[in-house]
Amino acid sequence: MSRSMQDQARSDRRLSRLINIGLPYVWLGLFFLLPFVIVLHISLAESTLAQPPYTALWHWLDRGLLQIEINLGNFLLVFEDDLYAWALWHSLQVAFVSTVLCLLLGYPMAYAIATSASRWRLILLMLIILPFWTSFLIRVYAWIGILQTNGLLNDLLLWLGLIETPLSILHTPTAVYIGVVYSYLPFMILPLYANLTRLDPILLEAAADLGCRPLRAFFRITVPLSLPGILAGSMLVFIPVVGEFVIPDLLGGPESLMLGKLLWTEFFSNTDWPLASALAIVLLGILVVPFVMMQRLQQRLEENRP
Amino acid sequence: MKRQRWPLLSVLAFGYAFLYVPILLLILYSFNESRLVTVWSGFSTKWYGELFRNTQLLDAAWLSVRIAATNATFAVVLGTLAANAMVRHRHFRGRTGFELLITAPLVMPDVIIGLSLLLLFVAMQQGIGWPDGRGFTTITIAHITFSMAYVAVIVRARLLQLDRSLEEAAMDLGARPLTVYLRITLPLIAPALLAGWLLAFTLSLDDLVIASFVAGPGSTTLPMVIYSSVRLGVSPQINALATIIVAIVTLAVLIAALALRGERARR
Repeated sequence: MSRSMQDQARSDRRLSRLINIGLPYVWLGLFFLLPFVIVLHISLAESTLAQPPYTALWHWLDRGLLQIEINLGNFLLVFEDDLYAWALWHSLQVAFVSTVLCLLLGYPMAYAIATSASRWRLILLMLIILPFWTSFLIRVYAWIGILQTNGLLNDLLLWLGLIETPLSILHTPTAVYIGVVYSYLPFMILPLYANLTRLDPILLEAAADLGCRPLRAFFRITVPLSLPGILAGSMLVFIPVVGEFVIPDLLGGPESLMLGKLLWTEFFSNTDWPLASALAIVLLGILVVPFVMMQRLQQRLEENRP
Repeated sequence: MKRQRWPLLSVLAFGYAFLYVPILLLILYSFNESRLVTVWSGFSTKWYGELFRNTQLLDAAWLSVRIAATNATFAVVLGTLAANAMVRHRHFRGRTGFELLITAPLVMPDVIIGLSLLLLFVAMQQGIGWPDGRGFTTITIAHITFSMAYVAVIVRARLLQLDRSLEEAAMDLGARPLTVYLRITLPLIAPALLAGWLLAFTLSLDDLVIASFVAGPGSTTLPMVIYSSVRLGVSPQINALATIIVAIVTLAVLIAALALRGERARR
């Protein structure tokens, strides 16, 4: 290659680098990263009756004096007030229990799909993905008609003679769990499936040859090897559910107070932007650890990819 | 081994029933005569008629479709660039940060994205006077920010399994990288771009929380109308709307699946 062609190739590559890396970076920096700085900033302000409804953190006084006012009251309130402490605890509890429920239902499903005949596999997988594309709001709405006191589930149970008086499920934590598992199940199944199809069947054959019973082989070989899939799926469920708004709002009752709903209420009903911002910062702080864990896992999985 | 598959298959059947029965019931009751969504009183399509006379809902739907299409187009461009960066420029400074930024919108709770973008838009309006008011532009920007991450995941998977030999052949014959990318790489990843566009479109059409934060007065999207109606209880009109949405989405998924599959068959 001549020198000028080499120069040409090098400058082409530099340009490609600039566009491919630069443009998404600038966009996400401006519209994803910078907003968090502003949220942190406003979480330290005080709520006032003004437009916009928060105080400025600094004022220039005469003769070069800068006055800075930082209000930690919002954070103190979040951690000390019983209502917020309860919402914090309850959000984590709902997210954790839902993740376990998704795993209990999702693992056997992913395993069944991964071990089914290959002509079935694609169709079964498509059927898992399809609801994920359908409107989330509408799928949550569907459960209102099913779970309400004069709803379809109670009609069915009464007709079967299993119960004598209708159960009240809607507006209880049970309804929230049903809604969350229903909405987030595909997020658990997909990474599990991806992981399980990559397992080498030779390992199981070897175990069988050595006289290992199938159930024992499953727990000693398949489950440990699918741990990355289990963790990835769990994070994809746990992280968004901690901040979930629509499901506790439509299906939950007054006791299903979760951080996402509280943030919404502080913002829209109470117009307390600083408090809503403080809640967002707390939520973000909780989610950083699982998020970084997920990221590490993803990188490890990629390095191991054949 | 065969004997032991039935417990597994019954869990699978239960799982699919759990996923699909609510949607099927929703569709069934959209054809119900009665206003009471849970009492069947005969077949009727009157709720569809009412739906198409509901101008508030139709206006919201039209706004949502325009936002979704604009969002999907921008998201495909930015998401594809990001995927190129991750697959084709494996090592660059700040790569870990780049990947964190690309993955974070996938799992970030909607309330955080919505609130933080609103505060940004308010601060920008105060500082530089843009965006002037909130509505179509701000909702679209917010949607692009999280949709591009989904597009990046899809396109990246496609780029990773791409056979590079065609590109290398074109390079050896002296084609410039941009020409190679436009004439060879893009057609090869076109199915992924289509799938990404459709996914970005439906994600945008579906978003309630983020849009509620960054919308202004006079820009009510379809999910916002659905939400305010659903809060008052079940309504057969919403069932009819849900049926239409499910039909459209199923069609879109089928197209995307056929596109990806046709591509697979050709190779």
